[in-house]
Amino acid sequence: MKQGSAVERLKNGIITENPTFVLTLGMCPTLAVTTSAINGLGMGLTTMAVLALSNMFISMLRKIIPDKVRIPAFIVVIASFVTVVELLLKAFIPFLYDALGLYIPLIVVNCIILGRAEAYASKNGVISSLFDGIGMGLGFTVALTIIGAVRELIGAGELFGYGVMPESYVPCSIFVLAPGAFFVLAALTAIQNKVKRAGEKKGKDMSKIQSGCGSDCMNCKDSGCSSRFFESKADDLEIEEITDEEENKAVEGKEEGSND
Amino acid sequence: MIKELLIILISSSLVSNVVLSQFLGLCPFLGVSKKINTAAGMGTAVIFVITLASAVAGAIYKFILTPLDLTYLQTIVFILVIAALVQFVEMFLKKFMKSLYQALGVYLPLITTNCAVLGVALTNVQKNYGILQGIVNGFATAAGFTISIVILAGIREKMEYNDIPESFKGMPIVLITAGLMAIAFCGFSGLL
Repeated sequence: MKQGSAVERLKNGIITENPTFVLTLGMCPTLAVTTSAINGLGMGLTTMAVLALSNMFISMLRKIIPDKVRIPAFIVVIASFVTVVELLLKAFIPFLYDALGLYIPLIVVNCIILGRAEAYASKNGVISSLFDGIGMGLGFTVALTIIGAVRELIGAGELFGYGVMPESYVPCSIFVLAPGAFFVLAALTAIQNKVKRAGEKKGKDMSKIQSGCGSDCMNCKDSGCSSRFFESKADDLEIEEITDEEENKAVEGKEEGSND
Repeated sequence: MIKELLIILISSSLVSNVVLSQFLGLCPFLGVSKKINTAAGMGTAVIFVITLASAVAGAIYKFILTPLDLTYLQTIVFILVIAALVQFVEMFLKKFMKSLYQALGVYLPLITTNCAVLGVALTNVQKNYGILQGIVNGFATAAGFTISIVILAGIREKMEYNDIPESFKGMPIVLITAGLMAIAFCGFSGLL
């Protein structure tokens, strides 16, 4: 497949570099709005619209924007599109606007968008940037819809608002509340760990999979969302990166028999 | 008036905790919570920045955006103001308050991308808070952040040597801890 072609970009966004399942970026909205499949879908599509438009626009402007003020310029472009999308939602899809609430304007600070602007759109042509945005947005949408569907199914016994569980099923409503979001994400990152471990055993390169958003906002150099802001500063701070070695060391240091 | 502010204080810090029930500021919550000291430092810096940012954003909204009928530009204006503010605070502290800068300095740049700051500024507008209520809300939200990050850091320090299933090592177990804390914080909802 040709690098940068539309199909390659779409596949990259949805599967190879899925922002939620592989890169674990943009966790705040992922956890907050996935109380039902329809909310997840709505949030995903909203983000996709912003991502595709801002990617396209930033790619058009990439030769005009001076390198030094690049990040503020990107943020202004993104914030403008978020405002546009927010006003459109308010006017045409009010129920979604009410359901997503505060998290629509907060799309501005979503790592995925600034990350893609910095890592892809500021270096590539308009068409492939547009498709990169659409691909990443679709990947995000698919992920949010799946997470939302799981939470809705367990927490309310419904899918997209239709009851699918047998009547005797008692919904475990904690899953649509805040704690459920943490548990679902915990399960997700545990699966990631497992896949990563299995892949490494077979000798595959699994460095793309980033576990958990602890290593996201501060260390996502690949996606480049904030590393340029903080290059010198971030190194001073003891930001922990949870690596397997570190954890293994902790386990080795454990005294025998303390696991009561 | 006092009663209203007290209600804002309790509801923003405990009942609808910024991290555990609204999921704002998750990155520093999970990323800087390995040691109690760093967690407390981060918390202090967040209190400082959010209180200041909600004051400034509230003033700009009331005295510039509302009279000019530009309230729909709030997202753009707030994010730029917050980013600029953090830079200025950092420069100011570096120049005039060396000791405070040494304590908070490294955390300040990390806060710019913290969605809690923008979140608070927008919540203040959504809930029609005046400037004073906005400042109290900002302070309370940040205090809630500090409480939860310090508790999480305490638990993680204890958890260091526990026997955890292979796949759950690292981030998953921290998220489960956060989930259990979120359940505990649900208990506060009966408070108001």
